[in-house]
Amino acid sequence: MLQGWVIVAVSFAYLGVLFAIASYGDRRAEAGRSIIANPYIYSLSLAVYCTTWTFYGSVGRAASSGIGFLPVYLGPTLMVALWWYVMRKIIRISKAQRITSIADFIASRYGKSQLLGGMVTVIAVVGVIPYIALQLKAISGGFTILQHYPAIVMPAKAGAIPVLGDSALYVAAVLAAFTVLFGTRHLDATERHEGLVAAIAFESIVKLVAFLAVGAFVTFGVYGGFADIFTRAARVPSLEALMTVPGGGGGFGTWAFLTFLSMLSILFLPRQFQISVVENVDEDHIDKATWLFPLYLLLINVFVLPVALGGLMRFPSGGVDADTFVLTVPMAEQAQGLTLLAFLGGLSAGSGMVIVETIALSTMVCNDLVMPVLLRLSALRINQRRDLSGLLITIRRLAIGAILLLAYVYFRVAGEAYALVSIGLISFAAVAQFAPAILGGLYWRGATRAGAMAGLLGGFLVWAYTLLLPSFARSGWLPASFLTEGPLGLTLLQPHRLFGLAGLDDISHGVLWSMLANVGLYVGVSLTGATSQAEATQAASFVDVFHHTQGTERTRLLRGSASVSQLLPLVGRFLGPERAGEAFAAFARRRGVASAEALPADASLVNFAETQLAGAIGGASARVVVASVIQEEPPGIEEVMDILDEASQVRAYSHELEHKSRELEAATTGLRAANERLQELDRMKDDFMSTVTHELRTPLTSIRAFSEILLEDPHIQPDQRSLFLSIIVKETERLTRLINQTLDMAKIESGNAEWCAAELDLREVITEACEATSQLFSEARVALTQVLGAAAPRVMADRDRLMQVLINLLSNAVKFCQPGLGHVEVRLTAHGGQARVDVKDNGPGIPREQQEPIFEKFRQGGDSATGKPHGTGLGLPISRRIIEHFGGRLWVESEPGHGAIFSFVLPTE
Amino acid sequence: MRRSDLTGPRLAAVFLLGGVLLNYPILAIFTRPEAVAGIPLLYGYVFGAWLLLIGLMAWIVEKRRG
Repeated sequence: MLQGWVIVAVSFAYLGVLFAIASYGDRRAEAGRSIIANPYIYSLSLAVYCTTWTFYGSVGRAASSGIGFLPVYLGPTLMVALWWYVMRKIIRISKAQRITSIADFIASRYGKSQLLGGMVTVIAVVGVIPYIALQLKAISGGFTILQHYPAIVMPAKAGAIPVLGDSALYVAAVLAAFTVLFGTRHLDATERHEGLVAAIAFESIVKLVAFLAVGAFVTFGVYGGFADIFTRAARVPSLEALMTVPGGGGGFGTWAFLTFLSMLSILFLPRQFQISVVENVDEDHIDKATWLFPLYLLLINVFVLPVALGGLMRFPSGGVDADTFVLTVPMAEQAQGLTLLAFLGGLSAGSGMVIVETIALSTMVCNDLVMPVLLRLSALRINQRRDLSGLLITIRRLAIGAILLLAYVYFRVAGEAYALVSIGLISFAAVAQFAPAILGGLYWRGATRAGAMAGLLGGFLVWAYTLLLPSFARSGWLPASFLTEGPLGLTLLQPHRLFGLAGLDDISHGVLWSMLANVGLYVGVSLTGATSQAEATQAASFVDVFHHTQGTERTRLLRGSASVSQLLPLVGRFLGPERAGEAFAAFARRRGVASAEALPADASLVNFAETQLAGAIGGASARVVVASVIQEEPPGIEEVMDILDEASQVRAYSHELEHKSRELEAATTGLRAANERLQELDRMKDDFMSTVTHELRTPLTSIRAFSEILLEDPHIQPDQRSLFLSIIVKETERLTRLINQTLDMAKIESGNAEWCAAELDLREVITEACEATSQLFSEARVALTQVLGAAAPRVMADRDRLMQVLINLLSNAVKFCQPGLGHVEVRLTAHGGQARVDVKDNGPGIPREQQEPIFEKFRQGGDSATGKPHGTGLGLPISRRIIEHFGGRLWVESEPGHGAIFSFVLPTE
Repeated sequence: MRRSDLTGPRLAAVFLLGGVLLNYPILAIFTRPEAVAGIPLLYGYVFGAWLLLIGLMAWIVEKRRG
């Protein structure tokens, strides 16, 4: 029934369904309605971890070492608990730097080193090829077994059949064709394949369902449940050992090593990196995957031991390879449909792994190995080609073919010597070599490129010596003595007992030595060398990625500039002109610029172009390509930025200092002025004091002199005595006036004077003042005339004060007029809202230089030659202050010999 | 907010717990040829511990979202 053509037809139909799903996924992605943008698809796609190793190999491993197959799944379970820290960081960095593969990641971390990227690629390809060979072996083995249905016949030794008759070759060819169709249909800057991820998720469902179906069939159909199958197996002495960890301490050692190894593999296998990092849509999908993915692992492993035990009990003679139990047990029970489902499960497990792994590897080979070389070969003039996207796709397709061919060769050479799991573990040990460079690079800023290179190279060489070469030796490609006696008979260098270290299994032994060499060199060399500027920059942007990407897209570096007209064709050459045009237009929209042509030629444009290219050809190559068109600044940009930062900071500080010192200067000037003013005031006060005391002493002296005369001479003439007494009285009056006026002045100046403002008729006040002084005028025989006019201007003032001013002016006028000839005229005029009063005399007048000083305190007019004081020297200053208080003005106009006119104005109501 | 701050440390604690539960010497305690309800002790223990870890991680992660 299950003829060869049926199996082939079913296989192709299955692959066709996959392809349909992938196309649908791609179309939905293009329409912007992604079907993979949810954590469930993400978790399922992560299960690409479960390959034919899991599907067929776990049972084989379980048949020989009991639950020893489990560490490979327990390790990832433990690791995902740490994804919260590690994977988040890797994804964040990869998105920020447009990283598309593990080689790209390491190269970017250590200063975008092309050499390092190439090295990682070589290690990944060499390391993973046994793993791909494993899939070929499993699928073709399954196919061969199925072909002989219902007879159970083990596939012949691969070496025994001609290459062209080997189904594994056709499996490899079909998978290569299919991978090319899947993975390299077009070139994308982000290197993401939405359709592919959807197909992989579907494959994960198929293989899980298939394995659960077989497991349930064996456990509940053939036997009576878990308890039944275990109880029966416990009765078989040879199977009892499978229920425990084999071999005591060594068994636990292997257990721990495998757990450790698988922890690293879940992070660093190229296909895991591709699915979990590159194809990741949303960082938050990690949350649910944290428990969904381990749950998937648990489910697919629940039935492994029952199937293994069932198979061992079903074929006790040992003629059937335990790796094939998943197929052969249903076959033995004549369950045809289930057998076919099991084969499809195996096919999905194998094809999923091969497709994703080769796509990831071909990206690396193209971006980090081939392109850097082609770009360097100036003879090829790659840089001047118009459209390189075709070339890139061709390189990738060739790489896919070459990788599968290499895997087939390895399968022919070494595939038969090992069980499935052992082959896979060799690959695990190879990718574990990436762990120090990546994990160290994530958290240790001081890790250097030289350290990473030394570590990778050392670890890889030790891996090749202890694990890869022995696999060749076992299959006869190298003499067997290489294993048993060491190369050239040097027993100390036996690959499985390096330096005589025995007691470990091959894998643990290889992992131990290679990791020792790797970590030792990585740390040691990193500690000896200083990092270059480019490295330090990248180190910082990796280690501190969470600080850098908190906000919006950060312009990372000050780069040289290049215009759109230079960059667009360049990017177009690699991505295809259409895609490049779209990307630039989208970038222009994000920047709020009308069109791509209008983009400013700045550093962020260069950065954008570089990240676009990085998606297609890797970070290291992109850097070289972009550098070819732009005048890039020499390395050390970040340093320059730091210096600029520092300089501008210093400048800001000095600006601030200057500002402060200017402020201080201004304050000092102010203080100095205030101080000068204070000193001036102090001096004025001293002057005032000495003047006042001097003025007081003059009348006191005469009072005292005349009083003494009167006291000492009792016989003085009565008329003389009355003269002296009258002088004393006059001087006392003068003294009183002086003191009153001084007090008055002080009051006015200090603002403590009492003012009783009221509306006054100015005419009345003048008339009253003239009456009050009429006695004075008649005594001095001076004429007084009033010219008051008809108007009666009303002013707002204190009546007594105004009176004081007028009396002061009138008495002054009298004092300076010649008796008998003197004439004083008081004139009142009102004009323009002001009332003006003039007091005019025909005295000697006031010299021009004295006209202002007479309004100062204690400055007296009159004849300075005689020294005879005419008053207190306070009358005019007080008068002026009074007038000013009511908003008016008091001044004098005079020409010597023609009298003087004292005038004041007051605002009228 | 405080809860989500603890998610990372909690998951790290699950990692450490798993590392202890699923390795020597705790594992050695269960490496005995005995069966509980027909299931070999070691087999039952490993899957039980495994399930416990998954349950803890689910609880930690989902609690944060809820």
